[in-house]
Amino acid sequence: MMVGCFETRRALRRVARAAVLAPIVGALAACSEGVLAPAGPIATAENQILFETFAAMMLVVVPVILMILGFAWWFRASNRRARYLPDWSYSGKVEFSIWIVPLLLIVFLATLAWSGSHDLDPYRPLKSDQRPVRIDVVSLDWKWLFVYPDYGVASVNEMALPTGTPVELRLTSGTVMNSFFIPQLGSQIYTMAGMQTRLALQADRPGTYRGLSAQFSGDGFSDMHFTVRAGDEASFGRWIAQAKASPARLDAAAYDRLAGRHAVAPPSVYGRIDPGVFQHAVTVATPLQASAAAPAPKPLAMQGTF
Amino acid sequence: MFGKLTLHDIPFDQPIVMGTCAGILVVGAFVLGLITYLKRWRWLWEEWITSVDHKRVGLMYIMLALVMLLRGFADAIMMRTQLAIAGGGHAGFLPPEHYNQIFSAHGTIMIFFVAMPFVVGLMNFVVPLQIGARDVAFPVLNSISFWLTAAGALLPNIALGVGEFARTGWLAYPPLSELAYSPGVGVDYYLVALQISGIGTLLSGINLVTTILKMRAPGMELGMMPVFTWTALGSNMLIVVSFPILTATFAMLMLDRYLGFHFFTNDAGGNPMMFINLIWTWGHPEVYILVLPAFGVFSEVIATFSGKPLFGYRSMVAATLVITILAFIVWMHHFFTMGAGANVNAFFGIATMVIAIPTGVKVFNWLFTMYGGRVRFDVPVLWTIGFMITFVIGGMTGVLLAVPSNDFLLHNSLFLIAHFHNVIIGGVLFGCFAGMNYWFPKAFGFTLEPRLGKAAFWCWFVGFYLAFMPLYVLGFLGMTRRMNHYDNPAWTSYLQVAWVGAILILLGIVLQIAQLVVSIRTRRQRLDLTGDPWNGRTFEWSVPSPPPAYNFAVEPVADGLDTYWRSKAARRAPAPIYQSIQLPENSPAGFLVAACAVACGFAVVWHIWWLALLGLVGGLGVMIASSWREHGEFVIPATEVARIERLARALPLKS
Repeated sequence: MMVGCFETRRALRRVARAAVLAPIVGALAACSEGVLAPAGPIATAENQILFETFAAMMLVVVPVILMILGFAWWFRASNRRARYLPDWSYSGKVEFSIWIVPLLLIVFLATLAWSGSHDLDPYRPLKSDQRPVRIDVVSLDWKWLFVYPDYGVASVNEMALPTGTPVELRLTSGTVMNSFFIPQLGSQIYTMAGMQTRLALQADRPGTYRGLSAQFSGDGFSDMHFTVRAGDEASFGRWIAQAKASPARLDAAAYDRLAGRHAVAPPSVYGRIDPGVFQHAVTVATPLQASAAAPAPKPLAMQGTF
Repeated sequence: MFGKLTLHDIPFDQPIVMGTCAGILVVGAFVLGLITYLKRWRWLWEEWITSVDHKRVGLMYIMLALVMLLRGFADAIMMRTQLAIAGGGHAGFLPPEHYNQIFSAHGTIMIFFVAMPFVVGLMNFVVPLQIGARDVAFPVLNSISFWLTAAGALLPNIALGVGEFARTGWLAYPPLSELAYSPGVGVDYYLVALQISGIGTLLSGINLVTTILKMRAPGMELGMMPVFTWTALGSNMLIVVSFPILTATFAMLMLDRYLGFHFFTNDAGGNPMMFINLIWTWGHPEVYILVLPAFGVFSEVIATFSGKPLFGYRSMVAATLVITILAFIVWMHHFFTMGAGANVNAFFGIATMVIAIPTGVKVFNWLFTMYGGRVRFDVPVLWTIGFMITFVIGGMTGVLLAVPSNDFLLHNSLFLIAHFHNVIIGGVLFGCFAGMNYWFPKAFGFTLEPRLGKAAFWCWFVGFYLAFMPLYVLGFLGMTRRMNHYDNPAWTSYLQVAWVGAILILLGIVLQIAQLVVSIRTRRQRLDLTGDPWNGRTFEWSVPSPPPAYNFAVEPVADGLDTYWRSKAARRAPAPIYQSIQLPENSPAGFLVAACAVACGFAVVWHIWWLALLGLVGGLGVMIASSWREHGEFVIPATEVARIERLARALPLKS
């Protein structure tokens, strides 16, 4: 009897679902920034999965909420038209349905989770005919250092990318753990001292995007932002050329000075770099303790740990 | 003499902190003065502080939770106020070093000293009554457990006025919580407080598992236990398995901080990610430690107030046990963004989703319990229906976050904050409030005033949605947790709506206090003379309200589910034959151990080593001495039992 009841109400539910979904989707689609305004293939794919999982769950969640309200209202004690079944506590059909409905939903979601986890693995290089741009990222107290090993420049709190080109990031931390995150480009990943993580991203739309640390890291955390400037090949070239014009040089000593200063830094650039500076950042775990005579620890590659 | 402690450690320059401390001292002095004026010290000592009665211990747990709820909520309202004004270049009224302590204290207090004692208190009070037992298995240990929890709760409040609290978030991730980055005493306060209360919780878990397994009434097989008792069993088994992990993990961090070890440091081979793995192998089961008993409360409430047995009892028990086991294989979903690789992430993501199956089954079971029922909308039912709706939404956002690629976008965002408040407020706290309104008449012999209770529910319910739905949106807009100020104008209006929600919740709390006050003042109009005000189904409703010290004058015999419910329809039982009853004597051990623990903990924070040693030796000494005492019990003779029962049952017979 219950199952038949479900059948006839399916159409009703579809209307209800649309009514619930429409305003939410409408309000959020209007976002000009944040995770629902993807500007690259990773973020777009992640948005796709987000909406699919959300929609699939609404198929169950909305009817359940309506049933809660409906059952509670119809079976209120004062409603003498409702049938009272004081001993009804078991029904094989209902029991079967209430296990199978969540089970089927989870099987569906699990396939999405599995494929999403593999397709969007942060370490997986993006397919492209463009040669990827390599950027090394170091989180510091409370600022971000971006090193461009192929161009020999580095910048603080500002990161430039050519659009349509994959970006391969290697990340570490010169301080406590942080999480590198550009909401509009997708996937965040932790930066950890003495370890190295990797992340592949790409920006397709030119624009200026917010970047931030998504992992609390101490008193200056709230201002630990950076700006991402995505532009075409030419504008990226101009940014590199401008950076190269800077007389400052980033070597181990300059890195230690930068890392040791606990301050939120304005964007600044280094026109030349010591190629070993990222490795230096990975191995010298914490500048506070680097001054002590302790030998530098061996870096732990995150992939190797698992 | 005083270790690191000097007068400079009292933050005289911070008006908010000093004002709060002054307020606490004034209120504290007033309460102490009132007790003295009313000459209630002896009563307090004999009836409460040294009591080993599980009912008294349970109620003290709940009182502790309610008091700490006020503290944790004060933190919450300060955070919401700060964020409502700290946009677009405004710094707000809380500088980061203060704000960071507030959110760390908020999380620590709400989980460890509100949710935990509330849930443990309910289990302590209800479980022995539900299984027809006269007390828990180890009554003195029970008292020690409570007082250790209270000792733990005291330390973060001392930290308010003496020194500082942790600024690291409620789980104190290293390396931020290591000495190199947090040189102050804040993290030490955090670690010491949680070590002390953690031991209390572990002891309580052992106690309740033993009680449930060994002390059930004759005839009550496992498959006849009320669902609340089942969920309590699951929850306490989780406590027994997971709390040692917490203790060991914090012990390692303490070794790092106190003795220069390198378990989790950035240098010398330490690995902070090990801490994060370990803390969540405790932390995820902890979620179910809290929510399983809440599920139990809802199961009892919905069956009682629908006038029907719980639908699908066996499904419910199976779902509880499945959740208990799965709780241990999902911890890594708290840090998908560590870069652990696709297979690891996919495994933990899917394992997490699988938990949604038994949880979904539970929701359907409650739903179908209402089907064919006669649902009375008393206050506990409002909390239950409010829970069902809210929890379905919270569960959905939880499954969303369990998909690794979604988590890459939403990890550590306000979406996550909204999600876990959605399940912890909508699940655990609503469950505690439902349980409080449901069992209050059993505990005190009169019902709570329903109109204020309903008004409080609506304030909480609407306030919750106003406070946390905007946070979901803010997560999509890219706002992360633990921000002190921000420069994104798009966030401000959502944060202001959230502030309004918090104010509405404040109104709900005020109404709850009013409900308690009004209920106590007008208790004579709402006396529960039957012992069974809701037409209950389980053994706790078969005894008078409040139950006598021995709970059951005659041991009940179970012959299936809801024995008491069925016995009501049966013919009147023959006159009971009373026998003398042995009960445990009061013991000051718990209170003394806790006093030693506070002294020891405070001393460890401030490196006052002589006092630390004194506290440690004192606490252990009290425990040893109390285990060797010869006379631990007293006997209530059968005639006295008969007299108490006659008095307790006399009124309903007359009316």
